[in-house]
Amino acid sequence: MGIEELVPDGILTTTVEKMVNWARRSSLWPATFGLACCAIEMMATSAARYDLARFGAEVFRASPRQADLMIVAGRVSKKMAPVLKRIYDQMPEPKWVISMGACASCGGIFNNYAIVQGVDTVVPVDVYVPGCPPRPEALIYGIMKLQEKIDRQRLKQPDPLPDSEPPPVTPEASSASA
Amino acid sequence: MATATSPEFKTITINMGPQHPSTHGVLRLVIELDGETVVSLKPVIGYLHTGMEKSMESKNYHKSITVTDRMDYLSPLGNNMAYVAAVEKLMNLTIPERAQVLRVILLELTRISSHLVWLGTHAIDLGAMSVFLYCFREREKLLDVNDMVAGSRLTPSYFRVGGFYQDVPDAFVPHVRKFLEEFPKALGEYQSLLTKNRIWMKRTIGVGVLTAAQAIDLCLTGPVLRGCGVRYDVRKAKPYSGYETYEFEVPLGKNGDVYDRYLCRIEEMKQSLSIVRQGLDRLRPGTVRADNPYLFPADRTEVKLNMEELIYHFKIMSEGYSVPPGDAYFSVESPKGELGFYVVSDGGPIPHRTRVRPPSLINLQALENMCIGRMVADVVACIGSIDIVLGEVDR
Repeated sequence: MGIEELVPDGILTTTVEKMVNWARRSSLWPATFGLACCAIEMMATSAARYDLARFGAEVFRASPRQADLMIVAGRVSKKMAPVLKRIYDQMPEPKWVISMGACASCGGIFNNYAIVQGVDTVVPVDVYVPGCPPRPEALIYGIMKLQEKIDRQRLKQPDPLPDSEPPPVTPEASSASA
Repeated sequence: MATATSPEFKTITINMGPQHPSTHGVLRLVIELDGETVVSLKPVIGYLHTGMEKSMESKNYHKSITVTDRMDYLSPLGNNMAYVAAVEKLMNLTIPERAQVLRVILLELTRISSHLVWLGTHAIDLGAMSVFLYCFREREKLLDVNDMVAGSRLTPSYFRVGGFYQDVPDAFVPHVRKFLEEFPKALGEYQSLLTKNRIWMKRTIGVGVLTAAQAIDLCLTGPVLRGCGVRYDVRKAKPYSGYETYEFEVPLGKNGDVYDRYLCRIEEMKQSLSIVRQGLDRLRPGTVRADNPYLFPADRTEVKLNMEELIYHFKIMSEGYSVPPGDAYFSVESPKGELGFYVVSDGGPIPHRTRVRPPSLINLQALENMCIGRMVADVVACIGSIDIVLGEVDR
């Protein structure tokens, strides 16, 4: 079967893309960005019973420069939002963001003057985890969904932006299709 | 040209937080250092300001209970208790015996689970990683209790004005009894890891010393005050929910340092176990709702059969219940200290004003006194020993 017959035992062939994605997905290093209640559940996720190490994402880093995943755990106040943006900017590429809980995703029960109504107004979010706060199982599921997303990433052609507009339909094109 | 010996280089100002692993959330400290010695220290707060007191002015009394959960999220039931007790005081309600006993049991279990987070994070800040894992192992069992009674691990909102909405399930008592059997062994494990540990003792004994007079001047409460040797516990001074009928000690420290506060909280956990045991022994069947027809939702089967009940269901779910005009302050001994709620009612279903006396905010004032003249590494030990929760500081 292919080139594997010709090379000695112990050598696998794959694509660079698959290998890089495998490496990135299998050891996500989250930044400790605990803000409020969800941070306690995030700690519980990494602790004894739920053991996030099973999914390769237990190395919580205090410095954003050593992290590639930001779990925004808790409500983001308007005073905290610039700090959050700055920490996101300090993280090296490639980087991902999980918005944990209702407050980070949409403001939650606090629709008032103090709270940013969704952290996606400040940084781009890859996975939203609902709950107030989400159970550790939910956070683990969110991380697994992010791993699936990383697996689908292309090295050369980045995913088109979700809010990019489709090409304009010209009269010639529409008449040709008709 | 400025050189390292010129006056403007005498001290350097550094910024600790708001994103820092040892500030227990989003506390920011502006520290002026002379070499490694702290010259001045100013906490900057507000990075988690949530506008909770203002939010409560637009929610009815029942809905505000969910907001209190998210204030001190390590002891949600303690917050529930202070708030519902203030409203109950306004309404002059009598709480049934069973509900009072259940409240005491749950409050003490919550105190243990809050102290476990404190112990785990305090130890991790001072370099003892494994204690954190052991503490969370035990804490999961307490979160299972929340899950069992209210369906939510961290934010149960289980207490209601007038008692409880539902009684605890049958599995509650055996589960808690099992925990009571297992926990003393676990507590011994934590102590064997820390109490006589030489590194732990060096990092905590004589660090962050406060005198009793200083603590009283700063209005400190909770284990931070008792670590200085002042006997003040709201459960003894102004008993609520029947605490006067339970036998328990108020552990006191001598030197007012980080180590004494650690010993106080460890002893408090043992006392809480004893209170829970006494509570389980006196738990008798009975109702858990106060005798007031306007506080609780209608019976679900009646709603489907009876027009009046359906109207009542809509009324209580949309408008809520009205509270007589007046104001009331009620304080409880939360794991952090004296937590008080001041509620002003204008007679309608929505409070005119709700004000919180947060123990974490007031205890945080002591940080500067603890840290001045000490090394920057001791700042971390002092923050941990105050046991602040930023959700409560900033609200």
